[in-house]
Amino acid sequence: MQRTALLAISLALSAAISAVVAAPVNYKIPDEVAAFKPGPNLEVVQGNCSACHSADYINTQPPMKDKKGFWQAEVTKMIKVYGAPIDDADVGKIVDYLAATY
Amino acid sequence: MFDRRDLLKGAGLAAMAATLNSTKALALDTVTLPFANGERPLVKYPQKRPMIGLTSRPPQLETPFAVFNDGPITPNNAFFVRYHLSDLPYNLDPDKFTLEVKGKVDKPLKLSLKDIRKMKATEIVAVNQCSGNSRGFLDPRVAGGQLANGAMGNARWRGVPLKAVLAMAGVQSGAKQVTFNGMDGPVSDKTPDFVKALDIDHASDGEVMLAYGMNGEDLPFLNGFPLRLIVPGYFGTYWVKHLNEITVVDNVYDGFWMKSAYRIPDTPNNAVEPGTAPKATIPINRFTIRSFITSVPDGAKLKAGGTTLRGIAFDGGKGIKEVAVSTDGGKTWTNARLGKDLGKYSFREWTLPVKLAAGSYELKVRATGNGGETQPDTPRWNPAGYLRNVVETVRVTVA
Repeated sequence: MQRTALLAISLALSAAISAVVAAPVNYKIPDEVAAFKPGPNLEVVQGNCSACHSADYINTQPPMKDKKGFWQAEVTKMIKVYGAPIDDADVGKIVDYLAATY
Repeated sequence: MFDRRDLLKGAGLAAMAATLNSTKALALDTVTLPFANGERPLVKYPQKRPMIGLTSRPPQLETPFAVFNDGPITPNNAFFVRYHLSDLPYNLDPDKFTLEVKGKVDKPLKLSLKDIRKMKATEIVAVNQCSGNSRGFLDPRVAGGQLANGAMGNARWRGVPLKAVLAMAGVQSGAKQVTFNGMDGPVSDKTPDFVKALDIDHASDGEVMLAYGMNGEDLPFLNGFPLRLIVPGYFGTYWVKHLNEITVVDNVYDGFWMKSAYRIPDTPNNAVEPGTAPKATIPINRFTIRSFITSVPDGAKLKAGGTTLRGIAFDGGKGIKEVAVSTDGGKTWTNARLGKDLGKYSFREWTLPVKLAAGSYELKVRATGNGGETQPDTPRWNPAGYLRNVVETVRVTVA
């Protein structure tokens, strides 16, 4: 009798545990450590770019010959294609930072 | 959804990240991929072994290449991860998960995971490869995720044929395509949600699958738990993760991720002169044929004498007919022995015993498919950096 009750409890427990194991409903990603390099207008860049993606999206881009053209095209893509709400006044500052820093 | 507060939060996150940088080490170590600006952290995520970290939000992880020498099946904890948009369903409840099937169907469906698991299951071994795999090797370089060769993997997927689910719903006449949407989405409602489409005939071919199992386990969260689309032979962009919405449509779907992104030149080899733009494009589709040497990394030093070279090959679904290896920079070729056939969509292992005297060698490997497709000696190029399948070269010195 007692054994049956224990068995029932342990079965219930293992069911609960396996349900937890089978369900990563609370997936924890590691802390974000990638950071923007220091440069002019850094705070404008952080404020505009960080809402949607981490800094490593920028850090890992290849070194291009025409840095200004490359980064202008990227910022334009973020605005026109992905709908980034970047003020017109900030666009030039962001491009200058990216071209000077990466 | 996207307001000043979010922007400030973003800035706060970045500032926090900057301080964390000095106080808390996430990176276990770093690796340097063999192209300019190729330094990456090795990062540890739940359910994953240390992986090459490309980006952290959304998470993108590349498989360390040495894993591919361990066998033809890529372990779940080493399988690459690619997301587009940062709002992931980190707190999803599999018991409340529902897959909705709607649009041009007689009987719209809402299926729970239990419903799907009760259906007759099928399995297939198939390679998933990111469209941008190997983009970092392009010359000239292009924007996008700068990956080496580790954004690919091969797994045994378990689930139900999409065909069976579509049959339950009853596809109406006039249906042209089926669209697929997952639970992950954009941070801003101005950003196009990630939705992909397949032609109705392709979607109903019996091979396209809704998978809940991967190598005998549930899908890892970052590989699409609890349900993802499997499109054998097709690039990973179609393998929608956290899949919860299937819509049958009577037009060619024109969302951003089909109409504008993931396009390849509409030319005979889907390439253009490096540095130029194509006149017309089509949606990316099947893998090009590829092969790799996995047993010896580039720059390795080997002992003179006998050694067995080994590696993998795969294609877009015809299957591998032969793999040839050259130890003299491509002047002469010897056919390798093919390993067990796990199906036409799988990695195919190959081995070749060779004898190498002291000296420098350029080892090359070239696969040929059952359809006659083989690998080019010079890399194809297109503006998005897709379809790379040049004959790979590994340089070694023997002493």
